[in-house]
Amino acid sequence: MAFGIGGAVGTALSPLPWKLTDDLSIWTQNWPWTPVPPHGEVTQVDSVCTLCPGGCGISVRKVEDRVVKIEGMPGHPVNDGGICLLGASGAQLLYGPSRIEGPLKRVGRRGDGRWQPVSWKAAVAEVAGKLGVLRSGGEPHTLGCLLRSDRGTVPGLFSRLLTVFGSPNLMRMPSIQDTYELTLYQMQGALALPGFDVDNTDFLLSFGSGYIQGWGSPVHMFRAHSRWRNRGGRVVQVEPRLSISAAKADDWLAIKPGTEAALAMGLSHVIITESLYDRDFIENRCRGFESWVDAEGRIQPGFKQRVLNTYTPAKVSEITGIAAADVVRLARDFAKAARPLAICGRGRGRVPGDLGAFMAVHALNALCGSIQRAGGVWAVPEPDYINWFQPEMDKVAATGMQQSRLDGAGGPQYPLARYLTSYLAEIINAGKGYPLKALLVAGDNPAYTLPAGGNVRKALDSIPFIVSFSSFMDETTRMADLVLPNHIYLERLEDVPLAQGFSRPLVQLCKPVTAPQFNTRHSGDVVIDIARALGGSVATAFPWKSYADCLKETLGGNFQKLMRQVYMVGRGTGAPGHNAAFETASGKFEFTNPEFKIRPDYEPIEAEGDAASFPLVLVPYDSMRLASGFVADSPFMVKAVDDTVLKGRDILVEINPQTARKYGLADGAIALLRTPRGKARVKIYHFEGLMPGLVAMPTGLGHSAYDEYIGGKGVNFNRLIGPVQDPVSGLDAAWGIRAKLTRV
Amino acid sequence: MSTADEKSRKAAAQPSGSIPTAEEGPAPADTAGGKVMAFFFIGLAASLFVGWIVFPKLLYSQKKQPIDFNHAMHVQEVDNGCESCHFFRPDGTFTGIPKLDKCLECHEEVQGDSAEESRFVNQYAQKGKEVPWLVYAKQPACVFFSHVAHVRMGKMDCAACHGNIGESQHTRVYEQNRISGYSRDIWGRNISGFKRHTWDSMKMADCAACHKRAGVHQTSVQTGKGACFVCHK
Ligand code: SF4
Repeated sequence: MAFGIGGAVGTALSPLPWKLTDDLSIWTQNWPWTPVPPHGEVTQVDSVCTLCPGGCGISVRKVEDRVVKIEGMPGHPVNDGGICLLGASGAQLLYGPSRIEGPLKRVGRRGDGRWQPVSWKAAVAEVAGKLGVLRSGGEPHTLGCLLRSDRGTVPGLFSRLLTVFGSPNLMRMPSIQDTYELTLYQMQGALALPGFDVDNTDFLLSFGSGYIQGWGSPVHMFRAHSRWRNRGGRVVQVEPRLSISAAKADDWLAIKPGTEAALAMGLSHVIITESLYDRDFIENRCRGFESWVDAEGRIQPGFKQRVLNTYTPAKVSEITGIAAADVVRLARDFAKAARPLAICGRGRGRVPGDLGAFMAVHALNALCGSIQRAGGVWAVPEPDYINWFQPEMDKVAATGMQQSRLDGAGGPQYPLARYLTSYLAEIINAGKGYPLKALLVAGDNPAYTLPAGGNVRKALDSIPFIVSFSSFMDETTRMADLVLPNHIYLERLEDVPLAQGFSRPLVQLCKPVTAPQFNTRHSGDVVIDIARALGGSVATAFPWKSYADCLKETLGGNFQKLMRQVYMVGRGTGAPGHNAAFETASGKFEFTNPEFKIRPDYEPIEAEGDAASFPLVLVPYDSMRLASGFVADSPFMVKAVDDTVLKGRDILVEINPQTARKYGLADGAIALLRTPRGKARVKIYHFEGLMPGLVAMPTGLGHSAYDEYIGGKGVNFNRLIGPVQDPVSGLDAAWGIRAKLTRV
Repeated sequence: MSTADEKSRKAAAQPSGSIPTAEEGPAPADTAGGKVMAFFFIGLAASLFVGWIVFPKLLYSQKKQPIDFNHAMHVQEVDNGCESCHFFRPDGTFTGIPKLDKCLECHEEVQGDSAEESRFVNQYAQKGKEVPWLVYAKQPACVFFSHVAHVRMGKMDCAACHGNIGESQHTRVYEQNRISGYSRDIWGRNISGFKRHTWDSMKMADCAACHKRAGVHQTSVQTGKGACFVCHK
């Protein structure tokens, strides 16, 4: 014992305990596994975020070559320094564990996740070999290509490849862009994109659009929202759920889902009866407002007559569930605002929607003159800088291009639609048309993002050869035979031809901020490689040495300018005005396009399923905290999700307590949610802000691929819903699906 | 001495409730007391030996720098003293130990006849590989240190913290703390923590003492002393 005491005294008199305590405390404050950015030179590189179509400018902070922070680019016309959660967590996508490190070839069964790394040369040779067989067999049209967007040089190269190869089956992923483009074409004759001058509007009427939940250009909308708040603009949100957008609005009108078009028509009724419309615009710049006599001598009812006959406030109230007095008041407020703007496309705008409804909302804007003027809707011309030489097509290609599209777009039934991608899976599964023998997928994750996910997977399974260009091991890529990973946006050079919903034409350049982390290759280069390997007229259509060469040549003098300043705005700041705005045959705004006889109207689109077996209706809701598009949520975003959305691995579905009581569903209970398309285990969340009879589910969860941080959490809404075709355009107009909840 | 004996005796005594008398204590007192003292001193000596001599040896591992760098010679060759290689970037950040690029400005080819130099050129310069220097002055990641604040604004001399490293002809052995992973220079070579020069150690107390002398933000609401956030962001 004395030895022990002596030892203790001696130890206390030595530096040992003090030094050890100090070292341990330093050790605990600096866990060796906590990543610390290296010391080094700090630089800032400006580029563009392409994680959504929002088109924000970003300013990336680097230490040496390591990306440490992504911020919004100050002074950028879209986001002026602002950024969203997804954009801010881009570094996690760059360095995250789901990146694909080089070209892979499937070994083992499809979806097993067993891969063999191959060289780029071998991978390109394999694609060229497989595709070459289709051409030599005289069936080039059995090659399909799914892209996120069809604008810009990289989609342009894919599109060119398909053309000279001989396939009409280039498909773009669905969104409200589809319907807005048709609306502008029908009513203004313009091949254009919709732009919304939200900066200058003083009254925003949103028909279910999540204006601060990712609709349009998300950060731009956030900034506009702050501006309305500061300058006293008004916002009215029309939707069946008390969403964030509804909660932040001045007024929230809970409407029966799917009846928004009736409300738009009802508002027009009040505005017309009370003569609140923009007389000058209607009388001088529009056609089809009044009834007219057509070439055959028949009287065609004008917009005014149809609205007055059918959409009285009382009738509209019956359809929408909104009190007639509210309809009248809203119409007056809207029409009396100096610069009112009505927008549509539900939530984030993932589902195209029905054309009649979009036209009804556009007609409402027209009534108030909010077309092509400050605070209104502007037709933004398609980017026109890609002027490549016309490629020569050989006989195989020419015959292939004669085939009708597999998705039926532009065909006899749906002549208006450019793409009907939402139905591709159903068509393939039903064995209609011809079978697809090869599919290239770039920039999107259709196995996750398309409706009726189960069908999509089945359809993909029937395609013998799938090539994915994804940078991540996502759901679609897991089903691929060959993976040719692209650089991610922080590593590549690419033009960004639009910012969704932005009112002016904008061309931007996304440039490599850091060196590629892995053995990835620019998809533009890979397309050129494939074309070259295919040889013949396919190869001659691609004379560029590399994608970078192609881009430089395409942008000409603007390339250097864009390298320096990131973006170029096409037009001055003012509104485009009405002169030359309407490219219709009449040169006027058309309430009913005489060529197509398509008009603004309310045609009920029913939710799929029968009410007897499925008494409830499931609707989706979008949130800025979850990415529901082609990019999965970042781990950071998953952490930011409320426990009213995701708890552990369980997704929460909202239900009105009154409805919940009727079905014996306690708050927090686990239930089985069934729809005609699938079933899922969910947790019940009582929410007063949802209309009785509905069940609301967040989108963006339920990834089955990716890594432990992202995958296996919650349920993918797209698995539970199927497309519902708009009879006019053929586009998917599903707003919800019938559902049943049972306790388990 | 037998502790077992003692215990059993106490145990036997207690149930009767009697208070142990002097006679019951360890006997014979002088020889046993001597033993106790002896053991005490052996323990004391052993632990002092361990604490002062063995422990520091065990605590630090010895590492050699990848290249034996001659500061003295380089300082003679360059025009601008320390700042020729350790300089401020235009944005005010400090370069610290130069990257390979800086070395390459002179050493793309072998310049002299030093074996170390040709090793550097062959192994690093020509392969484009950064030299994995071991940084004596590296502070934990939780410390925010700005050179510009000290050197430019505070007008401090490099040597105030780094000593006369500019005069050294060889790199010292880098002693790495096995627990915290940082260099021995932070705590100081003297294990007891005493210092003679300002650069002998670079612990928080050293920073704080100097900040106090210079009156740097002695404004902490909580402690009334130096504000934590000056260094810990
Ligand atoms: S809104 Fe879209 S473009 Fe803008 S930062 Fe977020 S993800 Fe990127």
